[in-house]
Amino acid sequence: MTLKANIGTESLVKIFSQSEAASLQPRWLAPVRKAGIASFAALGFPKLSDEDWRFTNVSSIAQLPFTLATQVAVNGAESKLIAESVFDKLPGHRLVFVNGFFCAKLSNIKPVSGGVRIENLSATLANDSALIEKHLGKYAHTANNTFASLNQAFFTDGAFIFVPKGVEVAEPVQLIYISSAKQIGETILPRNLIIAEANSKLTVVESYLSTGNVAYFTNAVTEIFAGDNANVEHVKLQDEATDAYHIATIAGEFGRASNVSVHSIALGAKISRNNIRTNLAGEGLECILNGLYLTKDEQLADHHMIVEHAQPHCASHEYFNGILDDKSKGVFHGRILVREIAQKTDAKQTNKNLLLSDDATADTKPQLEIYADDVKCTHGATIGQLNAESIFYLRSRGMSLDTAKQMLIHAFAGEIIERIKCEPAREVIDKLVWDRLEAHPHLLGK
Amino acid sequence: MSKQPILEIKNLHAGVENKKILKGFSLTINAGEVHALMGLNGSGKSTLAAILAGRDGYEVTEGTVTYLGKDLLELDPEERAREGVFLAFQYPVEIPGVNSTYFLKAALNEIRKHHGLQELDAIEFLALVKDKIKLLDLNEDLLKRSVNEGFSGGEKKRAEIFQMAVLEPKLAILDETDSGLDIDALKIVSSGVNKLRRPDSCQLVITHYQRLLNHIIPDFVHVMADGRIVKSGGKELALELEANGYEAILKQ
Ligand SMILES: Nc1ncnc2c1ncn2[C@@H]1O[C@H](COP(=O)(O)OP(=O)(O)OP(=O)(O)O)[C@@H](O)[C@H]1O
Ligand SMILES: [Mg+2]
Repeated sequence: MTLKANIGTESLVKIFSQSEAASLQPRWLAPVRKAGIASFAALGFPKLSDEDWRFTNVSSIAQLPFTLATQVAVNGAESKLIAESVFDKLPGHRLVFVNGFFCAKLSNIKPVSGGVRIENLSATLANDSALIEKHLGKYAHTANNTFASLNQAFFTDGAFIFVPKGVEVAEPVQLIYISSAKQIGETILPRNLIIAEANSKLTVVESYLSTGNVAYFTNAVTEIFAGDNANVEHVKLQDEATDAYHIATIAGEFGRASNVSVHSIALGAKISRNNIRTNLAGEGLECILNGLYLTKDEQLADHHMIVEHAQPHCASHEYFNGILDDKSKGVFHGRILVREIAQKTDAKQTNKNLLLSDDATADTKPQLEIYADDVKCTHGATIGQLNAESIFYLRSRGMSLDTAKQMLIHAFAGEIIERIKCEPAREVIDKLVWDRLEAHPHLLGK
Repeated sequence: MSKQPILEIKNLHAGVENKKILKGFSLTINAGEVHALMGLNGSGKSTLAAILAGRDGYEVTEGTVTYLGKDLLELDPEERAREGVFLAFQYPVEIPGVNSTYFLKAALNEIRKHHGLQELDAIEFLALVKDKIKLLDLNEDLLKRSVNEGFSGGEKKRAEIFQMAVLEPKLAILDETDSGLDIDALKIVSSGVNKLRRPDSCQLVITHYQRLLNHIIPDFVHVMADGRIVKSGGKELALELEANGYEAILKQ
């Protein structure tokens, strides 16, 4: 197995050496990409013996026959997918990427003012890359992150969003990533850079969808910089094909008194993993990491957080709920690192798992590394079934067993969805999750 | 007109696993009547209420329960509720994330559907709620919150009776609704319960205190000990209990 895993690493390194000169890119980027592949080659695919990957076996990813997904001519399938998705109703700007390549035809960027930039990264790289050079790779570090390294080496395109000081972007910016992969091992490498300067306000909704079902591999990175007092809400929906693999890194640095929410809704993929890395780099900021995962069959959904409290008086709250059916598995691993000067840190973690079958499992692991003495850190985790008392209470008022269960499950999911502040985004996510729960036969006792 | 029985419990024996709790409990409640059930802690009052409402986990080994001519024990809890059985819980459960108004509207509509009535829409339901809220002087904000979540002990009890007012059961079982209520709340809740009395419905009021029965005047009082009724009488039996305690009654 180790040997095969190495083959995966080697084959990607080889692909890199062959494809290097190809893309249109600024001079400074070549060494950045090279550093990415070097880091990837050194780290290789993670193994179960790696502490951070104890619960998630990615050997099936390491063994994929990798090829880089290519730009394809979009056909009706992609527009149909969007039209039929809940996101069609979501107002605002829309950037669509197919296989990791920008698709202008399906995108709709409305006029913006005040110096706001909503662009696709590769275009900005080609024309005006100074800002990107300043920020790219500064938050999603390659060290200890194989997948961020791999992305840095190969990324194709994604969003570049820049909101200058004091500007509010009223409508959400929607990023839709569609996989139209048809072959096993096709690898899609989106990359987003979001810069919200001081006192600005921005909502971004990222969703990952697919038009077909094959064992493709999405490896995405989103970097978020929030300046002092900025208000940023990031919603990520992962609804990949059921045979697909999805690994994402969301990494950010947040300034003084900023308010940042990172929401992750994981519905699809055979194995999904979100590496969320936040550096609370200014005093008195508030950061919420909020996630919901719904798994069935043999799916695995993993959220791995590292929250670094680098400054005093910051609050970080992590709330993750999982609804797990069949033989599926949910993983929550939250590391909180409190630096010596980060007094009055208030760090809270809650991970609740609802097991709908006897075969479903949940792993939850808090990890505290605290170097300051005046801090409040709490962790709470639950793993269990629906509360029998609550079911009986609802039935005793006339609700059928199925309705009672549905109400409780919806409530459990709702705890997370409610925290999405952007109302239209919250509504579409709620509808999507609810549709998904209703479509799931176990829930209805069938 | 002869009395119309709503609930007939005959020689009920029931328990959990290897513990017998009800040991030959019999009681008939007719339309229009209010019965009070009193008894020592642990005598089986809540168990009886739970069995009537259809809670899982109890084994009935002997006896029958007939509700409006049907075998009540055959019905699922939701079927009982739709047929008009209502239990005001001794300890109402908190259900985070399920909005009170949404919940109660769903409950009422399940019952209406069952009776072939049209479901109420949001506006009609709100009008009904406004009406019933006055009856119990309920803080309207409670309805915007999740079911019982963070309600005070008294608020929970009041909310149970509010649900009863909306659902209009034929058989209402009130399990220690008075405990946890302050004196003023007790008056409001009991007057609410009294207003819900109808000639075609009945109430079984479980309580430890005579005090409640000053407000909800029962037609009959039953004293329960070790799983069955040991003494029945009129409302004066409660006064006797209050004065002399259980000991004296059990000795008789
Ligand atoms: N699920 C159960 N498992 C074991 N024992 C039980 C269970 N339910 C009830 N009992 C026992 O049965 C007896 C009757 O309990 P019940 O709650 O019905 O009493 P009660 O009359 O309502 O008391 P109180 O006045 O304190 O409310 C008690 O001894 C109780 O511990
Ligand atoms: Mg009791």
